[in-house]
Amino acid sequence: MGAGDIILGVFGYVDTTVDAIERLKARGFRDLTVYSPVPVHEILDAVERDRPLSRVRLFTLIGGLTGTSLGFFLTIYTAEIWKLVTGGKPVVSIPPFVVIAFELTILLGGLSTVLAMLILGRIPKLAPSPAYDPRFTRDKFGVAVRCAPGEMSPVRDLLKTAGAEEVIP
Amino acid sequence: MSDQAPTSGPSFADVNRDVARTLSAPGNLYFAWMSLVGLILTAGILAWAWQIWIGMGASGKRTPQMWAMYITTFVFWIGIGHAGTLISAVLYLFRARWRTSIYRGAEAMTVFAVMTAGLFPLIHAGRMWFAYWLLPYPNQRYLWPNFRSPLVWDVFAISTYLTISVVFFIVGLFPDVAAIRDESTGWKKKIYSVLALGWEGSDSQWRHYLRAYGILAALATPLVLSVHSVVSWDFAMTLIPGWHSTLFAPFFVNGAIFSGFAMVLVLILPMRYHFNLYDYIKDKHLEAMAKLLLVTSLVLTYFYVCEAFTAWYSGDVFEKASLFARATKQYAWSFWLMYFCNCVSPLVFFRKRARTHVPTLFAVSVIVLIGMWFERFNIIVPGLAHDFYPYTWGTYIPTVTDTTIIVGSFAWFFILFLAFIKVLPSLSIVEVKETLPHPFKNRKAAH
Repeated sequence: MGAGDIILGVFGYVDTTVDAIERLKARGFRDLTVYSPVPVHEILDAVERDRPLSRVRLFTLIGGLTGTSLGFFLTIYTAEIWKLVTGGKPVVSIPPFVVIAFELTILLGGLSTVLAMLILGRIPKLAPSPAYDPRFTRDKFGVAVRCAPGEMSPVRDLLKTAGAEEVIP
Repeated sequence: MSDQAPTSGPSFADVNRDVARTLSAPGNLYFAWMSLVGLILTAGILAWAWQIWIGMGASGKRTPQMWAMYITTFVFWIGIGHAGTLISAVLYLFRARWRTSIYRGAEAMTVFAVMTAGLFPLIHAGRMWFAYWLLPYPNQRYLWPNFRSPLVWDVFAISTYLTISVVFFIVGLFPDVAAIRDESTGWKKKIYSVLALGWEGSDSQWRHYLRAYGILAALATPLVLSVHSVVSWDFAMTLIPGWHSTLFAPFFVNGAIFSGFAMVLVLILPMRYHFNLYDYIKDKHLEAMAKLLLVTSLVLTYFYVCEAFTAWYSGDVFEKASLFARATKQYAWSFWLMYFCNCVSPLVFFRKRARTHVPTLFAVSVIVLIGMWFERFNIIVPGLAHDFYPYTWGTYIPTVTDTTIIVGSFAWFFILFLAFIKVLPSLSIVEVKETLPHPFKNRKAAH
């Protein structure tokens, strides 16, 4: 992030959007935001290439392992503090405790996955981004570029030649 | 049947328009249904209040029939709750594209069915204000739940399932609610803006979203299979003849998927008709559902045969007597009704015409739902009616109170579903768009 203005190109097609992203990257613009109504793998590939993999799965792993250990801790600890033998079975009988541990693994794993999505994706977003346009949830694609004031007109030309239907501002 | 020409399918903008259309102000028919369902629900609530006032005797439960129809209906609703997550998670992982147009409805059905099922342990327990005793929490007397009891596993399994289903449902809704937000105006726009949590469909949102959705689907898949297995262990871990069987987990899971698909059809067919969604929910989707019904019905028939065979082959006198009593004694009518509904009626789907014929699909689905309710009834009521000793045998007779509560539970489910289809997009905007051809100016240049 830095000072500069945002130029938005509105595109009607997937291939023109990808083309614009590639051209902007070739010119050294890194601060891009691409809006799309559906996840399109061509676009995501073009944007993702120089980014690390989403860290959502790390959250899931930590949440899941916490769930597993919590499940075993809860069942074994509570069995140990009041040792009551029922049905001639061991006080700490692992097979039934696996059920609890499994359920808590899924529960905490799932919740931490959603938490990761919210934290990493910066959701909830209280104010809409300046470049956002309601058409992006319908059928248009958007490429927003942050650039220095001096670069504005070349970027505008670049977006137009790539096939933007509209360039704002 | 209006099957629109597939040459010009809907465009991206059409999807938004058509889904936004389903959320327009409801007509008189909708309010008529709402009132009817609301009335039945009120009767159910009054019956529950009556049961709390009078005591559990009002429900007709007395030894040996301590589980009776409440647990029957509980298992039934949990079973209904299976198809949604199966469609949304398992078929997502398998990339079965036909799921896209039905999965939102199925997911909503799951959430509401589990919410309905969750009422029954409370109703059944009588003093439901002590329900929190089932949860593990630190207390003065070091009293903790018995984690070796399948009933406690059930608490964990069902609360986890409800939580994950709700989360999965909400995560799927985000981008769609954002689309509805951008289509609507005025106070509606304000509400949907809050619900969409500022979703914009930017690349950084999508990449974490897709990752999270895939992982959630992967987590939900074993969960679907585990929930009904755990419910089945409520029975299979006991020693009652007819219940004490290792067959129960897969048998219950299959039955759950079977009844869940039937319920999806019961909900989807009228929805498609009233909202005119023929462009999205096509005959091929119905056919896929019918095929799944047929397969699960055949597997269920196999389990029924296995059940009878193991009872006979075990040589166990109590097992054999229990099966004999179920098939010939006071509950024989429900036993044979179950066979007819679950094993015979879905066989019509061997005919291709029946698989896309809407009245047949609807009728068979309703028959299957009846059959699957009676399957649980046949496990629980005749099972308890005829255990080891003749002096403990006993017949259960339903009362007005428990029947009203059970009918009321259906009203509760339908009132939630009716509210859902007018408030939230009942068709997944994003996933339907994903299956449409994406707009390319020059197809070749992109690849």
